[in-house]
Amino acid sequence: MRVDLVETKPSGNQAATLPTPFLKWFGEKGWQPRAHQLELLGRAQAGENMLLIAPTGAGKTLAGFLPSLTDLVARGKIPPGSAFTGIHTLYISPLKALTVDIERNLMKPVTEMGLAVTVENRTGDTPQSKRQRQKLTPPDILLTTPEQVALLLANKEAARFFKDLKYVVLDELHSLVTSKRGHLLSLGLARLRKHAPKMQTMGLSATVADPMDLQRWLAPQGTLQAPPAGLVHVTGGAAPDITILGTETRIPWSGHVSTYAIPEVYEEIKRHKTTLIFVNTRFQAELLFQSLWTINEDNLPIALHHGSLDASQRRKVEAAMADNRLRAVVATSTLDMGIDWGDVDLVVHVGAPKGASRLAQRIGRANHRMDEPSKAILVPANRFEVMECQAALDANYLGAQDTAPVGEGALDVLAQHVLGMACAEPFDPVELYDEITSASPYAGLSWEMFERIVDFVATGGYALRSYERYAKIRKQEDGRWRVSNPQIAQQYRMNLGTIVEAAELNVRLVKRNAKGTLGRGGMSLGKVEEYFLEQLVQGDTFLFAGKVLRFEGIRENECLVSNAFSLDPKIPAYAGGKFPLTTYLADQVRAMLADPDRRVSLPDQVRDWLSIQLERSMLPKQDELLIETFPRGKRFFLIAYCFEGRLAHQTLGMLLTRRLERLSARPLGFVATDYSLAIWGLEDIGAMIADGSLNLSDLFDEDMLGDDLEAWLDESYMLKRTFRNCAVISGLIERRHPGKEKTGRQVTVSTDLVYDVLRSHEPDHILLEATRRDAASGLLDIGRLGDMLKRIRGHIIHRPLDRVSPLAVPIMLEIGKEPVPGEAQDAVLQEAADELIAEAMG
Amino acid sequence: MRGRRPLISLTTKKKDEPTLIHRLGLAARTVIAGQATGTPVGSQEILVHGTAAVCDPLGGLYLPETQTLVVSDLHLEKGAAFARRGMMLPPYDTIATLNILNAVIARYEPKLVVSLGDNFHDRSGSEHLPADLRKMIADMARGRDWIWINGNHDPDGTTDLPGISSDELVYGGLVFRHEPSLISAKGEIAGHLHPAATVRRREKSVRRPCFASDGHRLLMPAFGVLTGGLDIRHRAMHGLFKQETLVAHLLGRDRIYSVRYGSLMG
Repeated sequence: MRVDLVETKPSGNQAATLPTPFLKWFGEKGWQPRAHQLELLGRAQAGENMLLIAPTGAGKTLAGFLPSLTDLVARGKIPPGSAFTGIHTLYISPLKALTVDIERNLMKPVTEMGLAVTVENRTGDTPQSKRQRQKLTPPDILLTTPEQVALLLANKEAARFFKDLKYVVLDELHSLVTSKRGHLLSLGLARLRKHAPKMQTMGLSATVADPMDLQRWLAPQGTLQAPPAGLVHVTGGAAPDITILGTETRIPWSGHVSTYAIPEVYEEIKRHKTTLIFVNTRFQAELLFQSLWTINEDNLPIALHHGSLDASQRRKVEAAMADNRLRAVVATSTLDMGIDWGDVDLVVHVGAPKGASRLAQRIGRANHRMDEPSKAILVPANRFEVMECQAALDANYLGAQDTAPVGEGALDVLAQHVLGMACAEPFDPVELYDEITSASPYAGLSWEMFERIVDFVATGGYALRSYERYAKIRKQEDGRWRVSNPQIAQQYRMNLGTIVEAAELNVRLVKRNAKGTLGRGGMSLGKVEEYFLEQLVQGDTFLFAGKVLRFEGIRENECLVSNAFSLDPKIPAYAGGKFPLTTYLADQVRAMLADPDRRVSLPDQVRDWLSIQLERSMLPKQDELLIETFPRGKRFFLIAYCFEGRLAHQTLGMLLTRRLERLSARPLGFVATDYSLAIWGLEDIGAMIADGSLNLSDLFDEDMLGDDLEAWLDESYMLKRTFRNCAVISGLIERRHPGKEKTGRQVTVSTDLVYDVLRSHEPDHILLEATRRDAASGLLDIGRLGDMLKRIRGHIIHRPLDRVSPLAVPIMLEIGKEPVPGEAQDAVLQEAADELIAEAMG
Repeated sequence: MRGRRPLISLTTKKKDEPTLIHRLGLAARTVIAGQATGTPVGSQEILVHGTAAVCDPLGGLYLPETQTLVVSDLHLEKGAAFARRGMMLPPYDTIATLNILNAVIARYEPKLVVSLGDNFHDRSGSEHLPADLRKMIADMARGRDWIWINGNHDPDGTTDLPGISSDELVYGGLVFRHEPSLISAKGEIAGHLHPAATVRRREKSVRRPCFASDGHRLLMPAFGVLTGGLDIRHRAMHGLFKQETLVAHLLGRDRIYSVRYGSLMG
């Protein structure tokens, strides 16, 4: 139970005392150094790597910098004419904006105390001249991003630049470590340790499920092993005040957009100073924003913020927010982290939060003072989400966490890093292997796999060794590997990074003049995926950047739009940003279904719904899998209530339809939600189960993850998407090529075609292996599906029904909303071709 | 259309349709190729400037009157061309493309093969072609004539390969060149633009490479396995066709789907 502020008591010998200027400064402000700040400082001074876990508002940033600042004060100003001094402290954050923010916040105490400490930031936006100067005369503290660290490390001067490094401060560590950016950064840390063996890490993080994961991440592993980083854990803060929106309106059966609750959300905005409204996808953000404005009779300043909007638009919203000029902002995960947002006094979460830790993070955005309660309202979009919101709310009060584990380091990232290390200086493979396996995500990397990666970087790693003469890195006589020519290093620098964006086009708002022709120029609104735009014809309308836009056409590499006056836009089907339900919340929802006592807290509408379900069919126990079968129209349906998240359900759906096909159940299609899976077909599946021709235990046997999975993977468009990322990150395909920076299409050859060729000629190629590994944990969620199949063995309950059950209604309403999978594509073509034949013959 | 001769006649043989193919792109084309028995399954016969032409779902055009097979934009050795610039694409694209070409040749047994330009992805492609692949082309060309039309990627012709190189070919009432000319549309068979079409029906859309023809001129789909496509609504295609009679013949999984330009987007 979270109660009042509880801090770990520093043990006497570890707590440090602050140097005089610091004590004076704290005193002038009327502040006290906090116990965790002193403990962190003391243990850092004793030589430990440290992890600080604390809620927002606990003075985390200052705590992270105290070891550096006190050490720099002790060092004093470097006299002019001294030998070259490298940087002292590296601060790494996932957001560019955060480095700028921190520079401001850090300069304040530095100036006020009159410390002789230089602080600068370096991001992708930093001008070339400033970067050059930073290399010649480095600041004491450099604030930067993981990509810039990789760039600096691939430089020939890296050893000199980092030789004096004492501290690396890693902000928002919880959000970095689970991604490929985190993998790249962990390899960077390993290299930094080589340049500065005594360097210490200071990780700053929000609460996570397994702190030890992060503690290991912060310390070297493998042959260079050191003890895990020390932990200072600040718990508590005032318990947040969270409620689920009560409504008189009927809660919808399905859907994700909560439009039913707009009037109530609007009333809440009116009642508060500044409201932050979080949603899970850009699509929800656009729709919610538009709906709010249609009823915004008081003309309240309400803004929109998501990752596809033009950067200048986002900056404007952020500035207005910081100045308290806005009453509400509708935002996606782009506002999850970091920056101080003025006086937010309410967080509204529209749609279920999908994860308990994500909810806690987002609620923490309200009210940056740790000792006052944050206020939050959850707005479930449908009846299952009511249960999910309740589970997340319970978890929040229990302090339960469901952040993802750090996981194994990705191979494509490793390939990128190996090339970067060759660009810095020729590497000895054994030394580099030891260095790489000292990074915790790569601690389990085998030597054989490492060699395959080196071979991949050199010539593509193909069995047919036809590219030897074009090798990017070559082995010298002394056994070290070096880059073949300087251009390779230039290409590496241009293509570095692990964030791969879908092919997108800039959207520009133009005006029609009196003659009806399109003007030039006009405001840039942001970026939209090319595949979406390709489906549009001139005159189509869609919702973007908070406006209903009319598609006018594509000119060069821009999508031209004009203002539309239609109220019924065709809405972007954004693929990104949909989080699947976490295992923890899924478990809680299953428990809620199974336990009458826990259902008591649910709203009447939802309770009624569940009790009718209990009459008509049943509610499964927590460890059971309920399967319902029933006829409807001319089809027969099978519904499986797995509660394992949309991704795992999609994979299961693909595999089950294959099996049902073989069993002659003639399946026609399936649809997956976070909660259940529906499959329909032409044969009476219920009757087949009854007469024994179909056995559910066999149907759901784990062996589907063998051959069926392999066969399906061949065809999966999701695997192709994963492959595209791996191909770009690993350097197989460049995003940018020297001299061709400005051509719009980012990827120069279709990765789908490359995938097909590779798949049919060298199916065990390392990049396909990397792709499969990624897919297993990512888009296909095979790991989670496997766990479920194990769990439900012997616990499958079948209910044959004569009609649809209440619990099945939500998923039945989803049918027909899904995009066409690969298999059904020819049907669309057939339809179009038939029209032509009818016309020709008619 | 009433009163006029139907422009389209389907030669699809329903009973013989292969059912094993579940996937598009290379693998599907490879599977179909493997089943080739000489019967043009799922192909589409049309008229170009009065000459009969068969659009094959593998991406080749067969002209029965002159027993000529046309393929375009093979882009052989594209993988190697990229590798020379530091991108190690799989070195298997050439063999994959040639396998499909072999199958389509086996299907029609043409007297003449015309490869309509961009035969190799870059100038040094044919010079560095590995010996086994060189032999494969020689075997295919045995017993028939072969003409390499020069493209913008390979303007200097081919090195040490059977057949002759030329910028243009006039034969059987048709003109064959790599880039479509803006002046003389009549009877022109060209490549270069890699035409593809998007079909949209109720919120669903599918995009495929296609033959594009208005009855006067025909643009060939790109044949190479690593070649992408350009939508026929793109500006580069403007002015090439009479839109009223333009039909896109899309390469389907195992047959050609013909859709009139005006009804592509539903």
